Amino acid sequence: MRIIKAGIQDSVQDRGRYGYQHLGINPSGAMDQYAMQLANALLGNETDEAVIELHFPASVILFTQPALIALAGADLSPSINGEPVPLYQCIVVNKNDALQFHRPVSGARAYLAVHGGFSIESWLESKSTNLKAGAGGYRGRSLQKGDEIELNSKKDYSSLLPGKNFRVLPWTIDHSADTGTREIFVLPGNEWDRLTAEAKQQFTTTPFLITKLADRMGYRLGNEPLAMLPGEELISSAVSFGTIQLLPDGKLIILMADHQTAGGYPRVAHVITAHHSRLAQKRSGEALYFRLTDQAGAEDLLQKQQQHVRQLQHACLFKLQQYV
Amino acid sequence: MKEPRFPYHIFPLGDSALTIDFGNRMDEAINRQVIARFHQLRHQQLPGLVEVVPAFSSLAVYYDPVFIRKWVKEGQTAFDYVSTLLLELLRTETGIEEEQSRLVRLPVCYDPSLAPDLEEMAKAKVLSVEQLTTLHTGRVYRVYMLGFLPGFAYMGEVDEQIMAPRKQQPHPVRPGSVGIAGRQTGIYPFASPGGWNIIGRTPVQLFNRNRALPTLLQAGDRVQFYAIDKYEFAHY
Repeated sequence: MRIIKAGIQDSVQDRGRYGYQHLGINPSGAMDQYAMQLANALLGNETDEAVIELHFPASVILFTQPALIALAGADLSPSINGEPVPLYQCIVVNKNDALQFHRPVSGARAYLAVHGGFSIESWLESKSTNLKAGAGGYRGRSLQKGDEIELNSKKDYSSLLPGKNFRVLPWTIDHSADTGTREIFVLPGNEWDRLTAEAKQQFTTTPFLITKLADRMGYRLGNEPLAMLPGEELISSAVSFGTIQLLPDGKLIILMADHQTAGGYPRVAHVITAHHSRLAQKRSGEALYFRLTDQAGAEDLLQKQQQHVRQLQHACLFKLQQYV
Repeated sequence: MKEPRFPYHIFPLGDSALTIDFGNRMDEAINRQVIARFHQLRHQQLPGLVEVVPAFSSLAVYYDPVFIRKWVKEGQTAFDYVSTLLLELLRTETGIEEEQSRLVRLPVCYDPSLAPDLEEMAKAKVLSVEQLTTLHTGRVYRVYMLGFLPGFAYMGEVDEQIMAPRKQQPHPVRPGSVGIAGRQTGIYPFASPGGWNIIGRTPVQLFNRNRALPTLLQAGDRVQFYAIDKYEFAHY
């Protein structure tokens, strides 16, 4: 397939590059791992197969051969040859079909997966694009006009296309899209107790607005400054996707997929992994409400989410066998 | 060799990682302990462990909670399981006899044309540029950790006479720039905004994605800088 018009920042991502953070190499990976997994599950792929993460305005993609694809995550009103197509369904596209995205309806990032995956070379065991290192994914960078990405699958999908037109296969999945909810569950961080009692109250009861400074590295929140008790200065230690740091001016930043490997600001809380998906689909100007939970609660939700993905993957594989 | 033991505590870093904290200090003996434990844990390859990340005085251990919960007891969390396992491991010796430390010698051009903060810093410290350079090249530094950027090494400690606080506002920094922040010295492998005081530049490539080990430096390495002139820099 070929990128015939570049988006603002579309890149190849997978589960992320783990095992190299000790070299300062940040993991990258899809911001919304759950949406990535669902897009792959629909196609019967491994759930962490590399996908294309699309932001609005997104790339326009031309298929240079018939392919079986699926879209998940944000609704950026996708169309093929101008005809609207749904998210969370398998779509057989024909040679010369053009996929484009018209407006951001809900969510922040859409994911495109193809049956069998994209032919992308792994770098340090992952296909994720690391923009800082200029490595991984497609030539270590965001997708540009003219880029050609090969597909792994050598299957002939043309038999699934009765006419010239693309075809949407007739089943969907329960994707439990919870992008509408503003509740984000968090675990207290090691420096949680540096917040004053009032600041803790403020943290758990008031809305936190996402500012314009929100990207794959992190979301700056436009909160009233949170008051902190005096404490010793921290030297750098590891931080993680979802770590909420308190900046010296009392504002918060939530670290996202392209976060640095280490940081020295107080870690007041961590967004639970099961809610990274809804967080990744929030846009500048939207509000978040933080709710405290505990380790067991966070692990339970993640386990449920992963079981759901696993079940869908099996069900979709079964359905697909009737076709390919 | 009996290893020194530092008190530590374990705390969660969200639901998929935890931190083993050996004290919030930049201290060579603590960092040796951290690096020894890092190698020990990497070689153990414990099931469900994703990766181990050393910092100045702490180790982060990433794990897969869903995988681990397949075998933990009812009522126990993946965090409980991993932290108990690590506490047991931390009671044992690392089995690492002596730190395998490489000495890496790096050329640096201390020329104001390549080092935007050099002259100002020398002036503030009432030193000549030569004196500042001599103080910076006069020590062997330890790489405490990598972070901030791929391959960015945090090294220390610089002579007290050339300590300098981080700048208030980050400025654009060229790749290869050698800087000072507090008692630390470091090198930017990539162009980046940065708040360190830039006193020189190395022509050596610190990051190469085509190498199996893409970074030139690793935590635990020792680094000594030596001065080169602009001609040598240009023809390195």
